[in-house]
Amino acid sequence: MPSEALLSVRDLRISFGEVEAVRGLTFDVRPHEVFALVGESGAGKSLTARALLGMAPRDATVGGSVRLRDNVDLAAERGRRITLVPQDALSALSPVHPVGDQLAAAVRSVRRLSRREAQARAVAALDRVGIPDAARRARAYPHEYSGGMRQRAVIAMATVNEPDVVVADEPTTALDEERREQVLRVLAEQREAVGAALVLVTHDLDVVRDHADRVLVMYAGRAAELGPVRQVLGRPRAPYTAGLLASLPQDGPRRRLPVLGGTPPAPDALGPGCAFAPRCPLATDPCHDREPALQAVDGRLVACHHAADVPDPLRKFV
Amino acid sequence: MSHPLLDVRDLVVRYGPVTAVDHLSFSVDAGETLALNGPSGCGKSSTALAVLQLRRPDAGEVRFEGRELTYLTERELRPLRPRMQPVFQDPYGSLSPRQRIRDAVAEPLKVHGRWNPANGPARVTELLDRVGLDPSCGDRRPHELSGGQCQRAGIARALASDPRLLVLDEPVSALDASVRAGVLNLLADLQDELGLGYLFICHDRAVVRHFADRVIEMREGRPVPT
Repeated sequence: MPSEALLSVRDLRISFGEVEAVRGLTFDVRPHEVFALVGESGAGKSLTARALLGMAPRDATVGGSVRLRDNVDLAAERGRRITLVPQDALSALSPVHPVGDQLAAAVRSVRRLSRREAQARAVAALDRVGIPDAARRARAYPHEYSGGMRQRAVIAMATVNEPDVVVADEPTTALDEERREQVLRVLAEQREAVGAALVLVTHDLDVVRDHADRVLVMYAGRAAELGPVRQVLGRPRAPYTAGLLASLPQDGPRRRLPVLGGTPPAPDALGPGCAFAPRCPLATDPCHDREPALQAVDGRLVACHHAADVPDPLRKFV
Repeated sequence: MSHPLLDVRDLVVRYGPVTAVDHLSFSVDAGETLALNGPSGCGKSSTALAVLQLRRPDAGEVRFEGRELTYLTERELRPLRPRMQPVFQDPYGSLSPRQRIRDAVAEPLKVHGRWNPANGPARVTELLDRVGLDPSCGDRRPHELSGGQCQRAGIARALASDPRLLVLDEPVSALDASVRAGVLNLLADLQDELGLGYLFICHDRAVVRHFADRVIEMREGRPVPT
């Protein structure tokens, strides 16, 4: 492996009372990489993202560890070395303060700078994300920004302190393709400009394919597959990843799309076996009895007793 | 058949000084899917509302089964409404949170005077089954269903009045990939079986290329030449 981990997550567990929603995640985020957390609604990806920032819900119990490279306390570094781009840009900004003041406040929360210096950094950050006439725009309120500009302002806020890791939680979910690409481009530019790694939480496999270096596919609170995007999406070894990919719409004459039967299990109704087994076309008896451990297969980690049997091409699957 | 199911000529929709749809023309035949594709704000949804006469167009013609709709009064439109039904994007928002699914699906039958206490409940069960929902879903409320199940319920509700045209406004945009595939398959099956015409509004090019027979790319209320 080329580089040491920037952010290390070890056996992360998040539970609400008796119910475990994230069930033992271990992964590293490396410097400068784009690391995608992908999964469907309820897989636990947003909870995981929140836990990276020390922002798990109050009523959640968090186990395991999340550490930055030099073992620092994460909670103290939130906003400085690890920052969040939230899903909804409008509600992430205060409606009653000028955008520039909000960025300057973010700057002053982690650095001892004068107001004037902080304001200058804020304007520079807005300029960097492509807000035209940034000095003037910094004095405007969020409602005076277009939707696209607000999104940029939120990205500016997350990068103004030159963090090591930016966590973006579904930053493009509600957007059309054009805006989606725009936001992802600005995110990528800013990530490069400040040298941060990006943790990209998404349910969109096309976004992962086009924008991420490595991917963690989550299912029912666990890792189904973890590795380089090219390997995982190019030739999936977890039946769940394969099923997801097979269900994507294809060009050409309309035909029935392969569909994974059933629905993801409720977190309070998990059996002893693989959580995906009830929906898995490859499942056999051991799958229902024993949860598979992550093992190295073909350049990535897979949690499946039948990783070697996932067919290629996927069309023949599900 | 001499005329298309839906024939729209020079449709114009304005909101104050803003022209959302600017002289748009298209037609949809029975059994056919026409997609409107384009970024947010290009006029796709305004077109959908104008076709359904839920937002009266400012100019142009909307002919449905050969009848010009734009001059009709609400009362005159009422008997036609069962035949052109919308399906919306937000599967939770388009169903009443307080209504059981069974009642939501029965409602169009009752509104249009087609409810028959003897076989109505069976018809609802049949509709739920047709969209792949277990009859037990009928006794639940929207928040007790998944997004995909809710969207199927929305489709069942649209089917209840035996429509010829479905106006599908981003019907799968809020759904996860594996759920989306199932709903697209369902829509394809219904079209093949019932010969429905679809006006399919969608911003996702991959979905459009997969699903539609023809596509109009829109930008600022107008088609973009392709």
